[in-house]
Amino acid sequence: MAGTGNRLRQLRLAAMVALGSMMTAGCITVKAPDKPIVIELNINIKQEVVYRLAGDASQTIDSNKDIF
Amino acid sequence: MARFSGNLGRKMAILAAALAVAGMIPAAALAQRDPVYASARAAGQVGEKVDGYLGYVTPPPPALKAVIDELNIKRKAVYADKAAAAKATVEEYALTSGCLLISQTKPGEKYQGPDGTWQTRGASPPLRDSRCP
Repeated sequence: MAGTGNRLRQLRLAAMVALGSMMTAGCITVKAPDKPIVIELNINIKQEVVYRLAGDASQTIDSNKDIF
Repeated sequence: MARFSGNLGRKMAILAAALAVAGMIPAAALAQRDPVYASARAAGQVGEKVDGYLGYVTPPPPALKAVIDELNIKRKAVYADKAAAAKATVEEYALTSGCLLISQTKPGEKYQGPDGTWQTRGASPPLRDSRCP
């Protein structure tokens, strides 16, 4: 009885290994580009700075309606 | 005498009002959007970007590109000026303005969502950067 349990476990392990290798075989390798990736959004800008500037920016928009 | 000066005073007031109105006209004309920009914005060819500048939703004809590029240059100049006064960077000031400008879009106009894709403004509030006030 314990033997069949063991065998089942081994079978399951084998199936998982096989599945795993099949998945890696199907993988597409992606090379990193030569040029650096430029992320336009400046993630260094802190929320507190945005909050501080909001009132000032609002006035600027209102007084320059021709460009906004 | 009092009647005369009262009359004169009224005439002066009318003249001053007329001059003020005349002086207002160029200012009012300046405060309006360029018709090329206004129609492109309404047509969804240009939209408000997250970074505080205008972007092209569809490839722009040269005449439109010239107008929008100039507006973005003017925006940058204003951002730079105001950012310096507020002791902030141009990018910080521009992003803050972008938050507000996206909020101010009218239904049907285009704006850039936080993921960078173009969105059409609906009746509900726009999708904005998490740092927006």
